[in-house]
Amino acid sequence: MNVAHTSKKLLAAALTVALMAGGGVAAAWAAQDEGVTASEIKIGNTAPYSGPASAYGTILKASAAYFKKINAEQGGVNGRKIVFISYDDGYSPPRTVEMTRKLVEQDHVLLDYGPLGTPCNSAIWAYMNRHKVPQLFVFTGASKWGDPKGHPWTMGWQPTYSSEGMVYARYILKNIPNAKIGILYQNDDYGKDYVRGFKLGLGAAGRKRIVMEQTYETTEPTIDSQIVNLKNSGANVFFDVTIPKFASQAIRKAYEIGWHPVHFLNNVSASTSAVLKPAGLEASKGLITAYYLKDASDPTWKDDPDTKEYVAFMKKYYPQGNPDDTFNVFGYASAETMVWVLKHAGNDLSRKHIMEVASNMPGIRIPMLLPGIRVRTTPADWYPIEQAQLERFDGRRWVLFGRLYDASGMNRR
Amino acid sequence: MQTFVAQVISGLSTGGIYASIALALVLIYQSTGLVNFAQGEMAMFTTYMAWSMLNAGWGYWPAFVGACLFAFALGFGLERLVIRPLETAPELALVIVTIGLLTIFNSVAGWIYTYTIKPFPSPFPAAPIKVGFMVLNPQDLGVVGVTLLMLALIYLFFHSTRLGLAMRAVVENPVSSRLVGIRVSWMLALGWGMAAVVGAVAGLMVAPLVFLEPNMMGGVLIYAFASATLGGFSSAGGAVVGGFVMGILENLTGTYITLVGTKLKLTVALAVIVLVLLIKPTGLFGRAAVRRV
Repeated sequence: MNVAHTSKKLLAAALTVALMAGGGVAAAWAAQDEGVTASEIKIGNTAPYSGPASAYGTILKASAAYFKKINAEQGGVNGRKIVFISYDDGYSPPRTVEMTRKLVEQDHVLLDYGPLGTPCNSAIWAYMNRHKVPQLFVFTGASKWGDPKGHPWTMGWQPTYSSEGMVYARYILKNIPNAKIGILYQNDDYGKDYVRGFKLGLGAAGRKRIVMEQTYETTEPTIDSQIVNLKNSGANVFFDVTIPKFASQAIRKAYEIGWHPVHFLNNVSASTSAVLKPAGLEASKGLITAYYLKDASDPTWKDDPDTKEYVAFMKKYYPQGNPDDTFNVFGYASAETMVWVLKHAGNDLSRKHIMEVASNMPGIRIPMLLPGIRVRTTPADWYPIEQAQLERFDGRRWVLFGRLYDASGMNRR
Repeated sequence: MQTFVAQVISGLSTGGIYASIALALVLIYQSTGLVNFAQGEMAMFTTYMAWSMLNAGWGYWPAFVGACLFAFALGFGLERLVIRPLETAPELALVIVTIGLLTIFNSVAGWIYTYTIKPFPSPFPAAPIKVGFMVLNPQDLGVVGVTLLMLALIYLFFHSTRLGLAMRAVVENPVSSRLVGIRVSWMLALGWGMAAVVGAVAGLMVAPLVFLEPNMMGGVLIYAFASATLGGFSSAGGAVVGGFVMGILENLTGTYITLVGTKLKLTVALAVIVLVLLIKPTGLFGRAAVRRV
């Protein structure tokens, strides 16, 4: 009996050892998820290289050039070259789904870096989380991407629309004591995100300063009617959440009918060439917006070594691209963040570990972000960049002013 | 009061935009019996042509005339090449073809000129005119004036020229028209050409207000349909009145009826289409088609 008992015990012990060894093998396999070999890391992406949003395509071209630079100058990351596969989705969500499935199921990429566009990312959100493939640093300003509990495989990168809205609110509370605020926003998630952050920033007392809210649909030919109403509401502060075409119209119409509020223009439409020039530079004088990247065409950064390095990079690795286009700065800086994560994941390039590293970024300095801005995440806060500075249009260009505003914490639910 | 007047003025100017495209829609309906969904996009495309000519160093008026000629050739050519072969096809096929043309013009314009907005020059002075507390934009007044002028020209053409009479006859009764010696298919092509010219003028007037971009006419077309339905597809004057009414109605409901607000402005246009079709399908000024059997 006793002997039998002992042999049973031994058997159990042997089985346990065998199981543990098996587990060990499994763990070793997990450390090398799909898309990783001894010499390569395969990264996928979808972006609009054609169609109405094709102007954004250059972001991913700059990122691709940055990966090329890392491969050429540093031999890749920890000895593995980055293979970057980027497909055109034309900003059409059904095509994003198709291309993303191709990346995951046929190309077997390790992760999806920088898929671009709110509707496009929404379309693959569930798919990526079901297949447990990192959808890392999605390029959209929507505030829904930092949801570690519900969607533990998706993370944004840039400041969210809500953070930006909050920055304007904080400035108004501090600097415009008699503010009477009029708001114009696009009647969809993008517009509502901005207004949500703005109201949170104003607080209960500040919210009473809002005298009128107007909305518009993208199908409307003009927003003249809304601007007329805002003017007649007596507002002296204008929070303008519009896409480029309507931003140009708003700036021009307000100027024409003699309404001169302190005009806060969302960064979505802060392009001098695409928005302010068509509206008229004189009419655009005094506009305020928020930003977080260094603009290579800004004389402030003429002697900045980081900007010089960026310009040299553009010349060597992406000569067709325009260094003054801030989209290229965006692609460069975000690719740098991606490489940081891969480097710090070391040899454990499992998808799970990559998400762990991405959600523990300790406040890293990315050179082309404005001085003082740090990329920081914690397991509970999945919003990498939450700081911005204000800039004012002086009739020729945007001029940074004031301190850095921090909107961290506001995105947490 | 000040808000009310300002909203009416603003409504009249957007109404002018709707009216000008509605006029082109009605014109093609009157001269061919067809609704052309690509009307707005053709207008947008010819405006880009004018933009190219201006960029090539042409003056405003030469570019204006150039764009009108291009539009005429475009409308005429489309009828001969695309619509003509479907002459005997059911109307539904023609509707599908014009929707196809809509997407083609939109994509081609985006492909050639990109989707970034472009400022477009105006032939009218830039400085706003102040009358009491009212601020009038000369471009807005221009749109209204040019639309009314086009309406007058179209009326004169249809009612006091032989060609106009022939075109009206072709729509009424193509078989008898052919028997009395009218070249029916050429009249149809002529109708397409003329509607395209009206569209081109509309595009040139609208672009300075809303900026030139491939989707410039997308939203306008819905309102233009509502205007033409309201005024009556068989009445050019009705369509123009319908356009102004739509513009003002949309602004006033958006401002004063809190239930509608700015969030449901587009719905107002669609509700108008449905209501008119339910209650008076011929529109306010349209005549019912009566046929002797």
